[in-house]
Amino acid sequence: MANGTIAIDDKSFLEEGTTKKATGIASWLFSTDHKRIGLMYLIAIAIFFFTGAILGVLMRLELIAPGRTIMDAQTYNTIFTLHGVIMIFLFIIPGIPAVFGNFFLPLQLGAKDVAFPRLNLLSFWIYLIGAALVLISLFVEGGPIDTGWTFYIPYSVRTTTNVSLAIFAAFVLGFSSILTGLNFVTTVHRLRAPGMTYFKMPLFVWSTYATAWIQIIATPVIGITILLVVLERLFGVGIFDPALGGDPVLFQHMFWIYSHPAVYIMILPAMGVVSEIIPTFARRTIFGYRAIAMSSLAIAFIGYLVWAHHMFTSGISETAAIIFSFLTFIVALPSAIKVFNWVATMYKGSIDPQPPFLWVMSFIFLFSIGGLTGLVLGALVTDVHVHDTYFVVAHFHYVMFGGTGTIFFAALYYWFPKMTGKMYNLKLAKFNAALFFVAFNTLYFPKFIMGYMGMPRRYYDYLPEFQNLQVVSTVGSWLMIIVICLIIYNLLSGLLNGSKAEANPWGGVTLEWHIASPPPLENFHEIPEVTHEPYDFSQLKNMKYGLKGESK
Amino acid sequence: MQEHHNNETHQISYSTYLLVWVSLLALTSITVTVAGVHLGDYTLFVALMIAAIKSALVINIFMHIKFEDPIFKVFLGISGFTLLVIFSLTFFDYIYR
Ligand code: HEM
Ligand SMILES: [Cu+2]
Repeated sequence: MANGTIAIDDKSFLEEGTTKKATGIASWLFSTDHKRIGLMYLIAIAIFFFTGAILGVLMRLELIAPGRTIMDAQTYNTIFTLHGVIMIFLFIIPGIPAVFGNFFLPLQLGAKDVAFPRLNLLSFWIYLIGAALVLISLFVEGGPIDTGWTFYIPYSVRTTTNVSLAIFAAFVLGFSSILTGLNFVTTVHRLRAPGMTYFKMPLFVWSTYATAWIQIIATPVIGITILLVVLERLFGVGIFDPALGGDPVLFQHMFWIYSHPAVYIMILPAMGVVSEIIPTFARRTIFGYRAIAMSSLAIAFIGYLVWAHHMFTSGISETAAIIFSFLTFIVALPSAIKVFNWVATMYKGSIDPQPPFLWVMSFIFLFSIGGLTGLVLGALVTDVHVHDTYFVVAHFHYVMFGGTGTIFFAALYYWFPKMTGKMYNLKLAKFNAALFFVAFNTLYFPKFIMGYMGMPRRYYDYLPEFQNLQVVSTVGSWLMIIVICLIIYNLLSGLLNGSKAEANPWGGVTLEWHIASPPPLENFHEIPEVTHEPYDFSQLKNMKYGLKGESK
Repeated sequence: MQEHHNNETHQISYSTYLLVWVSLLALTSITVTVAGVHLGDYTLFVALMIAAIKSALVINIFMHIKFEDPIFKVFLGISGFTLLVIFSLTFFDYIYR
């Protein structure tokens, strides 16, 4: 092997598939290879993300001036609903587990594939079917759903738009999530390479594992809730709608019993990626490995106990409100443990500020703002003031987009050379990261202020006093769409014309960096024997692909 | 260690199945009857207890968990515990409203 790239007889998974036909679309759509499935998810998810972002920009355009600008109120209602549904159910929940979990979980464990490769393919198909149902619901009679992504009762039982089909799509997507979770839990339990004890697993594996548990346990709750709403809509069974003798607050309970843990489905895998990137670029073992691993499990568990903090103003009992507020403050602890450990890892490290690392720095900053403003919402007194205002909109964009979204890009820039064997333009990537940070804060920070001043969410119109801040935010959305286009451009042109990537461009030491880029079909010619701690950089000089591709 | 356990098939006799089935039916009719009796605050509690017994029967016998490796029991235990916690927390709303 000349320079750490693919050897002649060593075909990569891109050249050799699991299907009989080596090329063509069928070799992808029917492939049970976890790497191909991960890439297919990536393509699908990228398309949805882009669509969702365009919808966001359209909303911002409407809000550039008071009154009607480019759309009427009803259109605005359907667009924010679609934007929310796409971003939540099609982008951020599957996001990191489906793309990077699929691709890298087996690699980091030293396995040849996930435990159930066919089930894995099935869950991708189910994802596509769910997405298709969302699409269909837009065009059939009744019109696109306009309830907001939370489908609150009683409006969602009474509106004439296509609620049933759209939420049924969410039901279907839930199955995809459950199956992926099942697959990952089994993979972690059964397919670890010899020597890889639980406390030698990379932290991305730990966090994906914790996430998989939430996917399995929490997702059925939303499934049941959705079926009940459909029953109520189709047959008038009184469950949630007070007019039929139901209890609308019960719906909110059931919805958030899933949807709060779901925010940890979104953020935990991202935290795992951060725990991979920081040691690699600080060239230093992670600080507090066990604390980070255990805090993932703690988050997964405590995450079940806080759901009613979304309901403080819905008329739940005061006792319940106090308990849930208290528990919400507790769940901030494990997240803080992680942040402190990451920062401690960088202390006295020899930091190499490559693009993935820059994205992670953005993440720490944005996620901390998101997390801390979450405490404002978790405290009873302040929540009454800012509930259902732009403050909430700003908060969840900071955690979901600034948190998980940022790390989705970080992961792309970190693992792109491994996945494709190509390198992108590093300078442009650094510029991307910087511009993203500016765009993000221009777009969303004004929303905190407007929310504090009383601007309610989900309105296509506003009082003139908000206009200056609204315009700033809209300009931010233009910057943001430029950033997104730049990322896509950089990665696509890297894929098509980029130079060949080294097998280990960043000097990582987890198992995926021990093999060629892109990896061969079955990942490891020999299942590796794990002897080192996951972030032990002393092994770098003895690795087959050491730093900068100096291969042995 | 895990391997041998799965291969040795555990035969459950038909009479056991039948017995479980009959008890499920019996429990269901108790649920229905109890729904007619006025138990006040305990109505829900009784209904949930009966439901719990029924699920335990189904999970252990029909779904074979009783004869599986401990790891599966641990997993189920965790899920069951989570469910229990969720139920209890919900009642802090309904009881004190
Ligand atoms: C270009 C990027 C984006 C822009 C310009 C944008 C803009 C907006 C705007 C203007 C709203 C409506 C605010 C209101 O009237 O209440 C909104 C709502 C929302 N956004 Fe975004 N957003 C973007 C990206 C994202 C991402 C990446 C996510 C999730 C990962 C996300 C999740 C949501 C959700 C869940 C809602 C609430 C929808 C509802 O009220 O039902 N957005 N966004
Ligand atoms: Cu929450």
